[in-house]
Amino acid sequence: PPDDLPSLLAGARALTPQTAETDAIRFLVGTQSLKYDNQIHIIDFDDENNIINKNVLLHQAGEIWHISASPADKGVLATCYNKGDFRSRRAARARWHGRPCSGTASPASLFTGPPLSCSVAWEPTGDGRRVISLADSHVLLWDLQESSSQAVLASSASLEGKGQLKFTSGRWSPHHTCTQVATANDTTIRGWDTRSMSQTYCIENAHGQLVRDLDFNPNKQYYLASCGDDCKVKFWDTRNVTEPVKSLEEHSHWVWNVRYNHSHDQLVLTGSSDSRVILSNMVSISSEPFGHLVDDEDLSDQEECRPEKSQEPPQDSVIATYDEHEDSVYAVDWSSADPWLFASLSYDGRLVINRVPRALKYHILL
Amino acid sequence: MAAAAAGPGRGSGPGDSPEGPDAEAPERRRKAHGMLKLYYGLSEGEAAGRPSGSDPLDPTDLNGAHFDPEVYLDKLRRECPLAQLMDSETDMVRQIRALDSDMQTLVYENYNKFISATDTIRKMKNDFRKMEDEMDRLATNMAVITDFSARISATLQDRHERITKLAGVHALLRKLQFLFELPSRLTKCVELGAYGQAVRYQGRARAVLQQYQHLPSFRAIQDDCQVITARLAQQLRQQFREGGSGAPEQAECVELLLALGEPAEELCEEFLAHARGRLEAELRSLEAELGPSPPAPDVLEFTDHGGSGFVGGLCQVASAYQELFEAQGAAGAEKLAAFARELGGRYFALVEQRLAQEQGGGDNSLLVRALDRFHRRLRAPGALLAAAGLAEAATEIVERVARERLGHHLQGLRSAFLGCLTDVRQALAAPRLAGKEGPGLAELLANVASSILSHIKASLAAVHLFTAKEVSFSNKPYFRGEFCSQGVREGLIVGFIRSMCQTAQSFCDSPGEKGGATPPALLLLLSRLCLDYETATISYILTLTDEQFLVQDQSPVTPVSTLCAEARETARRLLTHYVKVQGLVISQMLRKSVETRDWLSTLEPRNVRAVMKRVVEDTTAIDVQVGLLYEEGVRKAQSSDSSKRTFSVYSSSRQQGRYAPSYTPSAPMDTNLLSNIQKLFSERIDVFSPVEFNKVSVLTGIIKISLKTLLECVRLRTFGRFGLQQVQVDCHFLQLYLWRFVADEELVHLLLDEVVASAALRCPDPVPMEPSVVEVICERG
Repeated sequence: PPDDLPSLLAGARALTPQTAETDAIRFLVGTQSLKYDNQIHIIDFDDENNIINKNVLLHQAGEIWHISASPADKGVLATCYNKGDFRSRRAARARWHGRPCSGTASPASLFTGPPLSCSVAWEPTGDGRRVISLADSHVLLWDLQESSSQAVLASSASLEGKGQLKFTSGRWSPHHTCTQVATANDTTIRGWDTRSMSQTYCIENAHGQLVRDLDFNPNKQYYLASCGDDCKVKFWDTRNVTEPVKSLEEHSHWVWNVRYNHSHDQLVLTGSSDSRVILSNMVSISSEPFGHLVDDEDLSDQEECRPEKSQEPPQDSVIATYDEHEDSVYAVDWSSADPWLFASLSYDGRLVINRVPRALKYHILL
Repeated sequence: MAAAAAGPGRGSGPGDSPEGPDAEAPERRRKAHGMLKLYYGLSEGEAAGRPSGSDPLDPTDLNGAHFDPEVYLDKLRRECPLAQLMDSETDMVRQIRALDSDMQTLVYENYNKFISATDTIRKMKNDFRKMEDEMDRLATNMAVITDFSARISATLQDRHERITKLAGVHALLRKLQFLFELPSRLTKCVELGAYGQAVRYQGRARAVLQQYQHLPSFRAIQDDCQVITARLAQQLRQQFREGGSGAPEQAECVELLLALGEPAEELCEEFLAHARGRLEAELRSLEAELGPSPPAPDVLEFTDHGGSGFVGGLCQVASAYQELFEAQGAAGAEKLAAFARELGGRYFALVEQRLAQEQGGGDNSLLVRALDRFHRRLRAPGALLAAAGLAEAATEIVERVARERLGHHLQGLRSAFLGCLTDVRQALAAPRLAGKEGPGLAELLANVASSILSHIKASLAAVHLFTAKEVSFSNKPYFRGEFCSQGVREGLIVGFIRSMCQTAQSFCDSPGEKGGATPPALLLLLSRLCLDYETATISYILTLTDEQFLVQDQSPVTPVSTLCAEARETARRLLTHYVKVQGLVISQMLRKSVETRDWLSTLEPRNVRAVMKRVVEDTTAIDVQVGLLYEEGVRKAQSSDSSKRTFSVYSSSRQQGRYAPSYTPSAPMDTNLLSNIQKLFSERIDVFSPVEFNKVSVLTGIIKISLKTLLECVRLRTFGRFGLQQVQVDCHFLQLYLWRFVADEELVHLLLDEVVASAALRCPDPVPMEPSVVEVICERG
């Protein structure tokens, strides 16, 4: 059953799980307001008692466009924000001080560089020192020093070409010892090697219109999901980018967000400005195409069971469509602590936490 | 008088009749009279000439047969007065006299005749006496002759026996002579080339020679004969091998050789070998016709050549073989069948090669006629050589060709359809005069529809030739059943309609979504075409097909409804795609206009931005375009002056409630509640929702997409005070002009309200413009 929260705030499009936290179910939501002090809401969800707990951090630096939590340090996060004119939008690493119930997130280190930052991505498995930020047409790789107040620009690359090239989204691949980053600009998806900051692949016209978001399959190398204004979600094998592996068209407006489940990558979550959240089961292209593989030790006991299981061919399907939201959904994400839980955030400030249907959960596990 | 007339006729009668000894005599006479009278066609009464009342039995009737004088006299005396008596007396006397004189003349007349008769009888008496003597003499002579004859035959008896014996010897001698002369005769015959005669002689003598071969003389003759026969056989074989002459001569040779007792097996081998040589020559000539170097004759000519040359030859060979080697039984038949199979196979290969060349060609009637000839020709050898399976193979070839033909037609239809599309594209791309575009689209649709229909009809007509009554293979089960149902109906017609739908649908999936490689008008036109197919054309075409090809096959066929559903689905997808494409065009305009402008430092709005006018213009153009092909559709009833509706921007309390920040955890719930309740009552807007087949629905879809884009873009920007006011002006302008296109104008209001509200939210200094000012600016244009 979904846990519907009353709407938290007005004007919000930044949501992230607290990546370093693996015990508590905790999401961070950034507000977007030009008139009032902006805040970061820390939402804790008590699964057993079905209780939501909310704490607020002040974010006086400005309205938050993107938020991203450090994978190593619970107290560290990065935001893209601006005050007033969006052209001054910057990215900064912030550390919150004091008790989480009433604190202030203040910029600890600023990513100086070109403005118009749109997204920050932490190195997924590192010690929380390496960060990619996207600003206008530049990809910037930062090295953070806890002691220093300034981030050090390790390397950068920029897009060259005619017209105004502007990144919309970027993700860090968890594979290959985190040496790959994918970015989206306009209808193109590009892959970058962080060691040389050179382009490794390029998917021209990945979507009919603007590409809004990307995500790497956490368990299957080379697999990448993308979504965009053509209402489609596409799955790519970056080794062969001429054709998508799979393409979904379930939403009826722009798809803003796509997220793989961290443990069971057949579960794919998408959020769209048709104010719907869709949970899809992409079994056929997941790392477990035939269901959960039985360990060899168990095989002897379950030899009779196996053929029965394999009789059911994997079917890609929409598991559920969640339409509790009344406004466009700009962010969805999975909890880092509970793989069966996810949150979605709509522009009117409503945060909804949902669970994967129990039947499916048992189907995947058993 | 009557008595007088009858008198002479009865002249001889009175003497004997009236008082005849038997009572029935007069009865018989009367009967005879009656018959005569009957003969002369007189009735009883008329013949007598008497008054009909008189009674023939009246004894008083003077002329009656039963006249009784006494009764008569009594009657006279009793009845008549004296005078009358006197009269009758005189009358009687006069009559008696007349009768007497009549009698006298008769006697005189007959007397002379009696005299001459007597003389004649006397003379005859003399003559007979003479004749009796002569007869006696004759009898004696005859007796003498008989005697002589008996003596002669006795003497000739033994001579006769000897003569018969001699005659027998003579015949035998002649036979012997024939035998002795046989070698020389045979030689002569061989020299003269009269092989048939020689073989006949040989045949006649063979048995005798065989029987008497123990006699040395006969033995010699037999040996001679055998030598000659061997030579004969040699020569025959020679002739047979040279074999320049046609099959009949060869058959004759073989027949003679068989008669000579040559081994049949060997002969039949040789015969077939020769036949093979001849038929192979035919095949080579066919192959030469096939070759590319000489201008290949048309297919009809080719099959004609093949039919008369090869198939005719094969027929001759087969019939001759069967006649000659009948005795060979099953083994022989098998040999022939194998022979026919092999050569037939090569022939078929050639024919197929030729037919394959024809596949690209367009003339079906020629092909069908050629196939007909080919098939017809092979029926004779097919019947002759059932084991070789030639007829079946021929039928198979014809079927294959028919199938390929169907495929070819399907391909043709497809390319015709694609050609139509290319034409439409060109027509659409061609520079138009202003205002000329209007009738063009409907006209193009009509052109495309009629052109496709005529192509389908032409294909049906062409394919129909295969099932024409006069074509020899049309009654084969394949052509009666499968060809009609699976081939024509399913393969050709249904296949084409399906492929048409697929082709049309492929425009929806084209990768060039962004650039819009497919002109939107084409999408619209195709959508309408598919819809027309769904409503009428498909059922028309299928009915036409079913009528032309009376489908007897029971195999399941695609029902009309399924096809219609597919066509409808295609139409729907095309129209939806059209909406998306057009929506995207307008969206792009709006997005550019929002993204590229500096909303913070913009000046106070004085005009509606040009891009909004452009949006309205484009929407109007699309409205016109869609209106050409689709009906108006239904609108939600609204108040007529809705364009005057006051623009409830921002200033309304609900906006405050809805977007008022409520950051504190204990935020007053009522405001949020308010906004949520408000949202509950307005229906959720499905932006890219499926469209219906009418203009209003299409336009609604396009406008929804455009305005939603505007909303999303506005939310990503920050507005200064005047920026917000500009958005206000623009939105009001859009509302003034866009409401008329959509089904439910509330939708436009809702979206535009949301745009303005979002802009206000994205504005640090939200001071809205006075609605009256907004209206003035908008009315100024």
